[in-house]
Amino acid sequence: MISFSAFLKRFLSDPVAIGAGIVLLVLVLMAVLAPLIAPQNPYDPLQLDIMDSEMPPAWKPGGDERFLLGTDAQGRGVLSTIMYGTGISLLIGVGAVIVQAVLGITLGLIAGYKGGWIDSFLMRLADIQLSLSTLMMAIIALALFSAAFDANTYADYAIIMLILVIGIAEWPKFARTVRSSVLGEKKKEYVDAARVIGLPARRIMWGHILPNTLTPVLVISTIQVAEAIMIEASLSFLGLGMPTDRPSLGSLIRSGFEFIFSGSWWITLFPALVLIALVLSLNLLGDWLRDVLNPKLRRGED
Amino acid sequence: MTQPIVETRGLEMRFALPTHFLSREKPVLHALNGVDVSIQPGESFCVVGESGCGKTTLGRAIMGLLAPSAGEILFRDQRIDTMDERMRKPIRAEMQMVFQNPYASLNPRRNVFDTLAEPIRHLLPDTPAAEVREQVESVLAATGCDPSWQRRLPHEFSGGQRQRIAIARALVTNPAFIVADEPISALDVSIQAQILNLLTDLQADRGLTYLFITHDLSVVEHFGSRVAVMYLGQVMELAETQAIFAQPKHPYTRLLLEAIPKLEGGSFDKPRTPGELPDPVNLPVGCPFAPRCPLADARCRAERPKLRTLANGTQAACHHTE
Repeated sequence: MISFSAFLKRFLSDPVAIGAGIVLLVLVLMAVLAPLIAPQNPYDPLQLDIMDSEMPPAWKPGGDERFLLGTDAQGRGVLSTIMYGTGISLLIGVGAVIVQAVLGITLGLIAGYKGGWIDSFLMRLADIQLSLSTLMMAIIALALFSAAFDANTYADYAIIMLILVIGIAEWPKFARTVRSSVLGEKKKEYVDAARVIGLPARRIMWGHILPNTLTPVLVISTIQVAEAIMIEASLSFLGLGMPTDRPSLGSLIRSGFEFIFSGSWWITLFPALVLIALVLSLNLLGDWLRDVLNPKLRRGED
Repeated sequence: MTQPIVETRGLEMRFALPTHFLSREKPVLHALNGVDVSIQPGESFCVVGESGCGKTTLGRAIMGLLAPSAGEILFRDQRIDTMDERMRKPIRAEMQMVFQNPYASLNPRRNVFDTLAEPIRHLLPDTPAAEVREQVESVLAATGCDPSWQRRLPHEFSGGQRQRIAIARALVTNPAFIVADEPISALDVSIQAQILNLLTDLQADRGLTYLFITHDLSVVEHFGSRVAVMYLGQVMELAETQAIFAQPKHPYTRLLLEAIPKLEGGSFDKPRTPGELPDPVNLPVGCPFAPRCPLADARCRAERPKLRTLANGTQAACHHTE
């Protein structure tokens, strides 16, 4: 693999990567440090005052210095809810991609390396999975889940459910990417060289082939995080994702959307801007990673 | 003759071709049809033939990369093709392979040290780490590689350097027998000679036995001690190298030797023997070479000739050699 210093050098020579990296870093730090730096804890009902509801941003007439980006209908500061909400969105995005990657890489490696009926079976399964839209599957699963449990249980397990639903629904993307790389790699002679010394299939798959298929996996991982965040936001926007008292960026956009025609645009606009910045920076970094991790584009600087 | 190091008996290899799952026909490609070779310790046994004659399949079957459909493969009189993996492990350390394409035969994500250490770690797991390092350094030195290469990745090396590393990997477990599958055909002509000389030197130093697969007869002349000429999955002629070049017995061997471009004499002036390889899926009943053979008669088309030993020790599969 590319050494860290070469990686850093490539990163520092690319302004787009630096920009995307800084935006992502700021958002991640903001999310992680939210309990320390947020002006208000939006989860604590004692800190909320209904008299503060629907205040415009601080620089507008009627604004309050305590709430830089205004407040929502429940008197929560938009800035604070964005800080906490970004964390929840990122957690779901990363968690879902880990589930996707574990499922998809394992099944894709087995399908590609073993071939035959195992391959046909797993890939038809992937086709079926892909023909059902992720959003539709997620809506059905979450609607059943929220109907089956009461609101408090739902609120407690919503994050895990979203991670599992998005993770399971999107595994074929990893499986197909990995499988197609494996098909190309397993014909190469280094795989034969490993078989000549009698290395078991498991070690050839994980030790030899997988590292050579990681480039596309890393690229789609970053892009899939963005995708998972978007799916979660869509579900929350439809009212099936995170509940309003533990809002993700999607639920924030939704909760503000009801007030957009009464002039309280800030409740929707600011979370939406953060969502766009988050998804865009992830996608840009994904593209940049694809270029950097391709060993053929490197010129022996490490 | 002494005890052969590697021997095949009636080795057959058939591959089922992909078909529609409803079709009744099950076409089968015959890659090897009863190959008997026995390789003596210390020799360079060359296998030559056109593309598709099964020479690579033979090498891969001997190394256990392909499971034979019929027949036996023996290593020092032990049958290895049906042996279970645990029993075979010590034998794998004795048999190694050098591949054709040095650009594909080294894992691009592994540095040279890890590539070379893996066979020792897997096949001789009791070797202490210091000894692994020592062994890796000694084979690198023996194959003319710089010890500083160990931490570098394959893409930093040229084709000839990579092939040296691949040879070093094959030697790292101290094998007695090496299958070299066209090890020089992917290299520059100037590098080919270096690699051939390296293989010859290593043979002298370590008493290696080679199964050398090639389509290049001039390499055979330089390198081989015995030659098997293969055609459509069968051995057509098997002889000492000098005998093959001086007195080719089989008409196919003669055709191959005539096809070597020469400086004088104009080998392109003579009319070429027409004909193509027969279809390896529907094999002819008689001699596979009969459609191209100038000597072919009715008997050749009806009866497949067996490999027979001639007066000068050459073995040839032809009805017209008596």
